[in-house]
Amino acid sequence: MGKTWDTESEHLLRELAPQVLGAVARRFRDFASAEDAVQEAMLAAFRQWPQEGVPENPRGWLIQVASRRMADHLRREISRRERETAIAGETEEAAPMTELESDMDPNDTLILLFMCCHPALTTSSAIALTLRAVGGLTTAEIANAFLVPEATMAQRISRAKQSIKASGVPFRLPPLQERTQQLPSVLHVLYLIFNEGYVSSIGPHLQRLDIAREAIRLTRSLQALLPDNAELAGLLSLMLLTDARRAARTGPEEQLIPLDKQDRSLWDRTEIAEGTELLRHALSKGSVGLYQLQAAIAAVHDEAERAEDTDWPQILALYELLKQVSPSPMVTLNHAIAAAMVQGPSKGLELLKALERDSRLTGHYRLDAVRGHLLEMIGDHENAVKHYRIAAARTTSLPEQKYLMAQAARLEEARS
Amino acid sequence: MKYMLMMNTMRAGAGVPDWSQRDLQAHVAFMMRLNKELHESGELASAEGLSFPDQAKLVRAGSDGLPVTDGVFPESKEFLAGFWIIDVDAPERAYAIAGRISAAPGPGGAPLNMPIEVRPVMSAPPREML
Amino acid sequence: MKYILLMSGTKAGVDGYHKWSQKDVEAHMTVLRSISQELSKSGEFVATQGLADPNEAKCVRGEKSGVPVTDGIFPESKEFLLGYWIVDVASPDRAYAIASRISAAPGPGGVPTNMPIEVRGFAEHRQSER
Repeated sequence: MGKTWDTESEHLLRELAPQVLGAVARRFRDFASAEDAVQEAMLAAFRQWPQEGVPENPRGWLIQVASRRMADHLRREISRRERETAIAGETEEAAPMTELESDMDPNDTLILLFMCCHPALTTSSAIALTLRAVGGLTTAEIANAFLVPEATMAQRISRAKQSIKASGVPFRLPPLQERTQQLPSVLHVLYLIFNEGYVSSIGPHLQRLDIAREAIRLTRSLQALLPDNAELAGLLSLMLLTDARRAARTGPEEQLIPLDKQDRSLWDRTEIAEGTELLRHALSKGSVGLYQLQAAIAAVHDEAERAEDTDWPQILALYELLKQVSPSPMVTLNHAIAAAMVQGPSKGLELLKALERDSRLTGHYRLDAVRGHLLEMIGDHENAVKHYRIAAARTTSLPEQKYLMAQAARLEEARS
Repeated sequence: MKYMLMMNTMRAGAGVPDWSQRDLQAHVAFMMRLNKELHESGELASAEGLSFPDQAKLVRAGSDGLPVTDGVFPESKEFLAGFWIIDVDAPERAYAIAGRISAAPGPGGAPLNMPIEVRPVMSAPPREML
Repeated sequence: MKYILLMSGTKAGVDGYHKWSQKDVEAHMTVLRSISQELSKSGEFVATQGLADPNEAKCVRGEKSGVPVTDGIFPESKEFLLGYWIVDVASPDRAYAIASRISAAPGPGGVPTNMPIEVRGFAEHRQSER
């Protein structure tokens, strides 16, 4: 009877997934089938290890099960082809375990991330495949995180692998120039996983997994492999500094609590310390990018003991920099809020005017939400209520809708 | 982003339409093909057909807490006949899929051109409010 | 047996809802959420979705050319689907009992809304026959 099953074991199992996939994919030269085989081995492990205990050599166990699946798959493929074309083929024998074990490449996680986040894939495919192939999550777990049925998620992952095959991406580390070019895609996928995975508290399959933590885990492994990359450190820092506030962000009834009303004693100081240190390290590299700037803004918020201690002028300066480095309607919106805090709400409203004609924001709820907030600051409660309600009608997030409706209701009650 | 695509029917038209067998089969085959495509693209979260409206019940809470049920509806009421929940990358894709459903074949194989209602589903994660 | 419980409202009705007090919205949501959680525990829960505001609804028709024609025009009196629950229950009476509880969820001043919840079954085959 091996080691007993606990959270640590689960963690270990997930960490092994990309290593096992690397070995099997390289040996059999078929990433798509290898990924399916490894997923099956993972499911077998999740079923058996809690009962039988963790094996002495967990990596070897997974490789053996996965390569047996691969060999079965190959045999079926070959007989199918033989039936179809009546050409005799060779049946590839599964390599003995020791040979496969030595096929371990420390770069496997890196290779897999670049592959799964390849620009040829849509972001939803990349997210799904990355979580399964690199994260070691099961299809069901990923489906739950994105609120789609398991069968849909399985298809999405299949399609992702077909896209990879079609684009001819080989299973090896891309050369340095390509890595530099493609790293932004990888960072973007990790960022989306952090922001878009949603833990639902209702439903038949209550989620055990925390997708934001998975994003942090993946980003951490990547950062350990590329410690000199400033934007990557910036991204990890941003995730940690944001995640640190998680316990304070939602109330007992899942209601949203805005930053300025959060109970800061609930913030995770360890995560803040780690995030801040990473940021300092990233900024020391000299270059300044999108994630580093966002992390810097988060750091300024996190270092304030109370909301009223927030260094808004510094945040404003950072948004001004962000506007130059990576302009976008969202940046302009947040810049307007910061400007309002430093120069008064009229200044913020003035900045919003520039967005009125931006077609990217037409009908977008955040514009009305921010306008509502600024109109409230300026004392125009009647119009603030109006814009909060428009925003509430347009958002597709239930917690946000509740929040915006509550702001409108609060203001309206105050007026009567 | 998730959308719900709804196909409605008026009470008067409910039930199996009196089309030819061939037309019925062509319609069903069209829907099956479309659903298969949407499944294969990883965009289909759900596709359901509801039973005929003559089985529909309207339920209210009675004053004693027990349900008050009735099956009487105004002639003009629209009933949901079927729906799709799709997960797509852009609203244009949702409209394109709805357009295809709308063009499903009816009598003589001609596109029905049914109005398909498209609504976003409340599925986005909450963002931190600053 | 699977049933779908449909909650609908007109645009005017939804606008009215948006004007409820904070407390009333909280109370209403709390009841709906606890119903969903109970159904999860009892194993009767299949799915629930909330739909975005009816003002975001679009009506799409398929053109022969394949280009969808989209507009946001609906009659004022139209009842829009606001949300649904799909439950898997032992009998129709159980479905009506659940619908009745949804209907009894509190509105302004804590008074039960008593809104009508439509209860429908699913078609025998997966595709709707229209």
